[in-house]
Amino acid sequence: MAKTVSVAAINDGTVIDHIPCGQALKIIHLLQLDHNRYKVTIGLHLTSSSMGFKDLVKIEDRFLTQKETQDIAVFSPQATICTIKNYKVASKISSKLPSTIEKILVCPNTRCITHQPHVMTEFSVEEFKQKVYLRCHFCEKLFERDQIKEYRI
Amino acid sequence: MKHKLLAHGLISIQDLSAAEILSIVKLSEAMKRQPKKDLLKGTLLASCFFEPSTRTRLSFEAAMLRLGGQVIGFSDAIGTSASKGETLSDSMKVIGSYADLIVLRHPSDGAARLASLATSTPVINAGDGTNQHPTQTLLDLFTIKESQGKLKGLHVAFSGDLKYGRTVHSLALACAQFDMRLYFISPDSLSLPEETCHYLRKQGIKFSFHQNIEDVIGKVDIFYMTRIQRERFDEVSYAKVKGLYVLKPSMLEKVKKNLKILHPLPRVDEIDPAIDTTPYAHYFTQAENGLYVRQAILGLTLGKV
Repeated sequence: MAKTVSVAAINDGTVIDHIPCGQALKIIHLLQLDHNRYKVTIGLHLTSSSMGFKDLVKIEDRFLTQKETQDIAVFSPQATICTIKNYKVASKISSKLPSTIEKILVCPNTRCITHQPHVMTEFSVEEFKQKVYLRCHFCEKLFERDQIKEYRI
Repeated sequence: MKHKLLAHGLISIQDLSAAEILSIVKLSEAMKRQPKKDLLKGTLLASCFFEPSTRTRLSFEAAMLRLGGQVIGFSDAIGTSASKGETLSDSMKVIGSYADLIVLRHPSDGAARLASLATSTPVINAGDGTNQHPTQTLLDLFTIKESQGKLKGLHVAFSGDLKYGRTVHSLALACAQFDMRLYFISPDSLSLPEETCHYLRKQGIKFSFHQNIEDVIGKVDIFYMTRIQRERFDEVSYAKVKGLYVLKPSMLEKVKKNLKILHPLPRVDEIDPAIDTTPYAHYFTQAENGLYVRQAILGLTLGKV
């Protein structure tokens, strides 16, 4: 069977690849790409040799800050972020979790004070025996990343 | 050296090092031995209890008054601006501008941390939901040190509601600083939260889980009993766990001579009153010690000692 390219190449911009299925739209909201004029191509449930299925996002003429790449790691730790210049990959980085994550996560502990209006959340990232945990700065509860289901984006 | 408590108040027991805990214990001993009646003269405490409390509130207020300070405040949220919808941050900003120090109890986990961010006035956490109760922990440690002569290397058992009991969470974290061997006795539904277990594992602390008091009580120096907190359950769930663990005189036949039984109080039926007259019962001394420990904390926080 002939191999086809399912998403068109871009001249300049950013390609976020190897996003777990279902996370691409969250990244679109996180980067506020639904509120500006950048051309965005979204691939959902694309076949992947390493992941089985994946999502993919291409953004023309937009380059990410370090903070944005760290925030992306919260949703898709195995994502790769490629900077494209003149149709070529200028740099390729794996997303890396930050030491703290502010504002975007909702604390799963329903008794936590951060569920009151106007209270921003803050989590510290802890790694123990190759597992990543997130600790709420306020209620001090510890969560595995998969336990966090809601985001403020 | 300036003590941490001076600048930031006290939010979590994890904000304190072992050396800082020991310095508070030492100062508490001095407060018990020799009261300082005018130490806090001219200072004002805002006692803000958004949730009911007897011992914690009264011992804080007694500590302040006995050291010559004054107290303003409230003992439940009804009638305060919180009942009109004011946020905790706004309340703390305003109250912080009236007083030198805020003591806060609140039903939400993390409320004390939020309060400390809202005001530059030091905040002392007097219990935030199911999270922490650091001043109870300090009085527990003071009582343990006073009764055993040391903290390091002791064997300590916890029984009852280990899931929702914030006194257990705080004390277990603090015990880890002193290399204690810990035993946790509870039904599976009320076992210690993962974040506390995670911390103990990280610190390399030896601990184990048990279903029966009898399996453990002969091995320990301190037996820390807690109440099943009815207010944190619905009726059906409460009925399943009520009365599961009751400490009875017959269980004390083969215990260590130095065993002391502690309880943050109030007790309901988890310690048979017949135990009160045995040499092992230490919970009323523990409650009394709350006064001296809180005097030490107030003195440190206000920079008077």
